Amino acid sequence: MALKIVKGSIDRMFDKNLQDLVRGIRNHKEDEAKYISTCIDEIKQELKQDNIAVKANAVCKLTYLQMLGYDVSWAAFNIVEVMSSSKFTYKRIGYLAASQCFHESTDVIMLTTNQIRKDLSSPNQYDTGVALTGLSCFVTPDLARDLANDIMTLVSHGDCVKRKRCSVLIMYKVFLKYPESLRPAFPRLKEKLEDPDPGVQSAAVNVICELARRNPKNYLSLAPLFFKLMTSSTNNWVLIKIIKLFGALTPLEPRLGKKLIEPLTNLIHSTSAMSLLYECVNTVIAGQYCSSVGSVVLCVQKLRILIEDSDQNLKYLGLLAMSKILKTHPKSVQSHKDLILQCLDDKDESIRLRALDLLYGMVSKKNLMEIVKKLMLHVDKAEGTTYRDELLTKIIDICSQSNYQYITNFEWSVSQPVTPHPPGISVSWWTIRVFAVAQMATLLDNAHLLTGSMQRNGICEVLYAAAWICGEFSEHLENPLQTLEAMLRPKVATLPGHIQAVYVQNAAKLFATVLKSQEGNTDSTTAQETSQLMIDRLPLFVQSANLEVQERASCILQLVKYIQKLQQKDVEVAEEVIALFAGELNPVAPKAQKKVPVPEGLDLDAWINEPPSESESEDEQPKAIFAKEEPKHSRPRHTEVDEKELARRREARKQEQANNPFYIKASPSSQKVYQDAPGVEHIPVVQIDLSVPLKVPGLPMSDQYVKLEEERRQKERAEKKKKEKKKRKEKRSGRGKKHDSGPESEEDITPAHMVDIVTEEMPENALPSDDDDKDPNDPHKILSLHFFGPFQVVVSVIFENKCDSFLKSMEFNVLDSLNSKLQRPEGSGPHDGLTVPFQLPPGVSNEARFVFTVQSIVMPQKLKGTLTFIVKDSSTHEKLDFKLHFTCTSYLITTPCYSDAFAKLLESGDLKGSSVRLEGVNMPFHHLLARICFHHHFSVVERIDSCASMYSRSIQGHHVCLLVKTSGQTVSIDAKCDEPTLLGNVLDEIKQTFSQC
Amino acid sequence: IIWLIRFILIQNRAGKTRLAKWYMQFDDDEKQKLIEEVHAVVTVRDAKHTNFVEFRNFKIIYRRYAGLYFCICVDVTDNNLAYLEGIHNFVEVLNEYFHNVCELDLVFNFYKVYTVVDEMFLAGEIRETSQTKVLKQLLMLQSLE
Repeated sequence: MALKIVKGSIDRMFDKNLQDLVRGIRNHKEDEAKYISTCIDEIKQELKQDNIAVKANAVCKLTYLQMLGYDVSWAAFNIVEVMSSSKFTYKRIGYLAASQCFHESTDVIMLTTNQIRKDLSSPNQYDTGVALTGLSCFVTPDLARDLANDIMTLVSHGDCVKRKRCSVLIMYKVFLKYPESLRPAFPRLKEKLEDPDPGVQSAAVNVICELARRNPKNYLSLAPLFFKLMTSSTNNWVLIKIIKLFGALTPLEPRLGKKLIEPLTNLIHSTSAMSLLYECVNTVIAGQYCSSVGSVVLCVQKLRILIEDSDQNLKYLGLLAMSKILKTHPKSVQSHKDLILQCLDDKDESIRLRALDLLYGMVSKKNLMEIVKKLMLHVDKAEGTTYRDELLTKIIDICSQSNYQYITNFEWSVSQPVTPHPPGISVSWWTIRVFAVAQMATLLDNAHLLTGSMQRNGICEVLYAAAWICGEFSEHLENPLQTLEAMLRPKVATLPGHIQAVYVQNAAKLFATVLKSQEGNTDSTTAQETSQLMIDRLPLFVQSANLEVQERASCILQLVKYIQKLQQKDVEVAEEVIALFAGELNPVAPKAQKKVPVPEGLDLDAWINEPPSESESEDEQPKAIFAKEEPKHSRPRHTEVDEKELARRREARKQEQANNPFYIKASPSSQKVYQDAPGVEHIPVVQIDLSVPLKVPGLPMSDQYVKLEEERRQKERAEKKKKEKKKRKEKRSGRGKKHDSGPESEEDITPAHMVDIVTEEMPENALPSDDDDKDPNDPHKILSLHFFGPFQVVVSVIFENKCDSFLKSMEFNVLDSLNSKLQRPEGSGPHDGLTVPFQLPPGVSNEARFVFTVQSIVMPQKLKGTLTFIVKDSSTHEKLDFKLHFTCTSYLITTPCYSDAFAKLLESGDLKGSSVRLEGVNMPFHHLLARICFHHHFSVVERIDSCASMYSRSIQGHHVCLLVKTSGQTVSIDAKCDEPTLLGNVLDEIKQTFSQC
Repeated sequence: IIWLIRFILIQNRAGKTRLAKWYMQFDDDEKQKLIEEVHAVVTVRDAKHTNFVEFRNFKIIYRRYAGLYFCICVDVTDNNLAYLEGIHNFVEVLNEYFHNVCELDLVFNFYKVYTVVDEMFLAGEIRETSQTKVLKQLLMLQSLE
């Protein structure tokens, strides 16, 4: 043995320690993988030795390798060995390795349970410390279950503050892995919120905030406590957490918002910590405190300071928060437009992009021109960057948002070289097309200015539109020949194919126009020259690689050649050429399709093939597919008649669904859709002012428009004021109309964003859908326990004196459990009995009531108790033992439930299922049902033959649904409930009831 | 959404990991992928950029000290500035503990760096922010070796 130890320590001298390994890796940069594989071989040898020091060294090296990305999972068992070393230095290495390498599927973890338990309860606080930190990393559901108690012991009885603090922090991880531990642990956790040690207190705040984040409504009762902490704590970290928590609570309890606004504004005023300031501002603007305009102004002021700061981080966050305020209080942000525009000069692109986003939302009819003008300056500065593209896209977005609702001056918009002009839009600008055409012609003429950089970005798309407009409306061109010439320049061949194609086609249209004007002249040579121009230039396009361009060009080329021949014979061809492109394109309103009558006999809603009848699909899982499609069907599409027809069908369908017990409806939210489907009618129609001169030579400067626009507005504003006065008078007289939709209301400069408040109408018997948006796969959902407790349960006890003696001084006492406690008057100890307030003569019975507090209703409880009394005649003390059985059933309340609500409940997917079989039940089905109703407080939802659905609800609002089926003497009950523990116990109790009969 | 730290990483410019502390369970492949992605996201940014960057569904809050990037991954709704302060606090403790810390200190004493992290963060929460308290505890632990 001694020899072995000596041998071990000699070997050790040649082992690599961590330093050697690190150095070795650094020296083998070229063949690192090879070097490490030899190291791993060495480590494997070291792990085979008995010497724990060698093993620990090896494990330490492995941890380093693991960090570099090498697989060391094969050494899991050795890690456990090192963890269980009694020497702290090694133990620590073991725990570090475990926390880095272990995860839920590591099977040796189950070997560690006892070791961890030992370390948790070790008198040495450092052992406890490493065990807790390790556990926080690799805790599994099994470990959480087995060690929950040990951790609770540390929390409540730990003498060492550090230990207490760590164990509180780790509780959240335990709850996550083993949710059942939450309920019994919660009271103790709550106590820690008022722990004298600030460290323990902040740990408890952290954990409770995390819990409340999952399920805020159950923690509302803690609000006063947190409120106290918020006004008293000086720890910024704790304050941030509490403020975050309140942010989650206020949507549930709007009154909190009012209460919080004062301490929050105080903090905003007083704190020097930017993190805390930012949290407060963010919470204030989160929306619950909107009633107070003053606080929003304060927030905007503070954010301005952040944005003006030289620190990029503060600037960025300031802009981010600003954009949140913008949604609710656009006016207060709009006044800081200059500051935001300044941010466009920032060196950090993310800040510039944030500013751009903000500008997008800040645009109104009033400032659109100014903002776009500024942006255009930046476009010039940002030449040759991707940021420039972003800028251009933003400008286009800004101009076109909400269907061009902010553009009050379309002529200005047309003069902007980058605003998008898809042909369709130009057509709808019917009234200004003359102007547009002139602009576009200028644009085409100057296209070479744009072409330099335009391949990369969207600018060339504007040429696409320009060419089309000039071709289509060529009769409005001042100098069509010049434009035609511009369109056939060789440079055009560098444009993308689809644009060239449009160029070629529209050149032909222009050619027709030019011919017409020239043929009127006496000199026929000019017309022939034009044809020659076409014939000279078109071959360039015939050679194009783009099929479309090639095809169009060669067609037109042949046509022009033919025309030329005719021209040489002095035939007038212009009329015929023009006929090729005849037909005016009229503007089509977005809702025009509706006006097209549906041909007689065509019912677009009728099935072409008979749909499979729904009643046949019993065995299929009914899904919500049908209901989801409903809104699409029901959108008004055709004429009035169809609308009615649809309504009738919808009604019929609903009727059918209601009668079909197997039809499961979609959630209420999908039903409401058709009620407020957005109507096309709301698209704003823009009034166009034609008072400005129609012909503007060259590309006008956009600021000219700004000026014009400003003048026009002032004029209208003056008019509007007059009208408003009138309106006000009207209102006073009691007949004020809601809105006057004359042209001035169009001018009304409304905020850029409207907040739509859609109230959801819910059928009376619908189930609360507050869980709707929860992700069923969310691992944290398991913590969404209903935490209303503790509950008060009143138990009435009937005392009957069956003996012949007079009984007095009765005292009722119960041994409390963790879950259920007898309420005793203040000042009495936890084991004192309660005096029964009456005496009992022989043969008399009387009732007394006792109040119990119950933490959880999901488990049945049996409480042992004793009744002591004095028999009057003999004056002897007597004792009677009893048991109080709190069944889960007793927490259920008979609640009626309609079948559709019941179906919705089952469909919601929030309920967990369980089932039970009862054998040898020999009673009629209706007796069976009556028994369940009577003993277990259920109500029958629906009964079909030997099958019935039943419902009940717990005092905490758990839904319990049963499907009872019988065949012969076997009864099967399939049950669903949102609380599986409760369900299991209720089913056990039902089983009990029937086993007794 | 949870207001917890998902992981803490220290990497050098070349992407070598100097510390990786995970507060959520990831498997080994996922860990390596995260390390590489964070490196790719963070090293392209320079001094003029902000100290946070969106990353998958989270965000990375980072600070660069010499050639090292200290990164904390948290929920997007979490407080950027608080974690920035947290990182700086952590670096100050390291600096004090290793007496003018440099990258090699972290390499050769990597397990000590983990101890420092564990003293300041636990289970994804802030455990202790007071530098004196942390340093005192670290010295106590060192004396046990």
